[in-house]
Amino acid sequence: MCLAIPMKVVKIDGDQGMVAAGGLTRKANFILMKDIKPGDYVLLHAGFAIAKVKPEEARQTIKLIREL
Amino acid sequence: MKYIDEFRSRALTSRLISRIRSVADEGREYRYMEVCGTHTMAIFKYGLRELLPRNIRLISGPGCPVCVTPLEYLDRAIAIAGLPKVIITTFGDMLRVPGSSSTLENERAGGKHIKVVYSTDDALDIANRNTDKEVVFLGVGFETTVPTVAASIMSAAKQGIHNYSVLCAHKTMPEALGVIMAHRDARIDGFLLPGHVSAITGMKPYGFLAKRYGAGCVAAGFEPVDMLQAILMLMEQKRPIVEVQYKRIVDPLGNRLARKAIEKVFEKSSSEWRGIGKLKNSGLRIRKEFSRFDASLKFRVKTVRPREDKSCICGAVLKGIKTPVDCKLFGKKCTPADPVGSCMVSSEGTCAAYYKYGRR
Repeated sequence: MCLAIPMKVVKIDGDQGMVAAGGLTRKANFILMKDIKPGDYVLLHAGFAIAKVKPEEARQTIKLIREL
Repeated sequence: MKYIDEFRSRALTSRLISRIRSVADEGREYRYMEVCGTHTMAIFKYGLRELLPRNIRLISGPGCPVCVTPLEYLDRAIAIAGLPKVIITTFGDMLRVPGSSSTLENERAGGKHIKVVYSTDDALDIANRNTDKEVVFLGVGFETTVPTVAASIMSAAKQGIHNYSVLCAHKTMPEALGVIMAHRDARIDGFLLPGHVSAITGMKPYGFLAKRYGAGCVAAGFEPVDMLQAILMLMEQKRPIVEVQYKRIVDPLGNRLARKAIEKVFEKSSSEWRGIGKLKNSGLRIRKEFSRFDASLKFRVKTVRPREDKSCICGAVLKGIKTPVDCKLFGKKCTPADPVGSCMVSSEGTCAAYYKYGRR
């Protein structure tokens, strides 16, 4: 299942931390990521962060479509 | 929700639809395969087929890991669940998949110790809190899930946990897509590649689809804006190439750390795809160094020879050659409440999607 959602890193301490989105906060395992800091958005899948969201790319994608 | 809502914008989807309509050549068909159960469901949920011009066909592929898990695996999991002092831990979507004669859900109702978990971390927790029991995790899923299972085995090794093991049925995507393209009935112009699998694998493994088979590929996100933009990108490719639509998440090089974890714990093996058959290098097995975490070695169980209903055409549906409505059993003997094949039972199965959203 590719049901993973972008969540904001609230706290991170080594491999463990907390993420939040849509009023929900849960623990996250960051062992599959590096260079993550609070405020970053990560993709959470089955309790693990597996990718970092790139805000500039998100902006560019929207901009591109607006200009179609 | 940030990074979700903007990609559901009606204004943006309208723009994309208009552009798709203006670019579409009425004299031809565009046949694109999506290979992720989440894409299958999202396409239905947002009514994309109704929004797109009729000559753009979206075909579902074998991207539902539960759907392609062989009957024999279910039978084995059920047999292990019956052993004394065993706790089976699993993702929720395995619960109702029919084995030869039962389901994990039925077994649980009958008193077997079967727990649904959200994360392999939860399974490890259970192992730590029940040291007199053997905890077996059902490892089903593609490259998005595999690193989390690898991490659990590495963590168990590090913590010296003895009562945790994984029954591995993990599969990898690229080889299956090659098999689909090599099939003589294949009529696929391009692929909507799974965005989250791609975030792990990177784009390199898909190069052969464009080079050898002339199929353009676009790694797509799961919101309507993402899928429509990916379809537009496929249509506008001047020659078959592999590219990324889901740029905010997918790094073309993938997640190196996640892949290292996979490579450390698992190695490639041939794998049985339900309805398709045995495919070389399309699966993973636990390496010898970690064999103490391999449930297939830890528990010797007998299973009967699996029996599939002969009228079930899940195989053809998974390969994109037939659709659920072509199946004799669809909506009659096979429904979500009483499924025959796995395409119907999984929440992301093609047949379940067709049934839920009304057949076409």
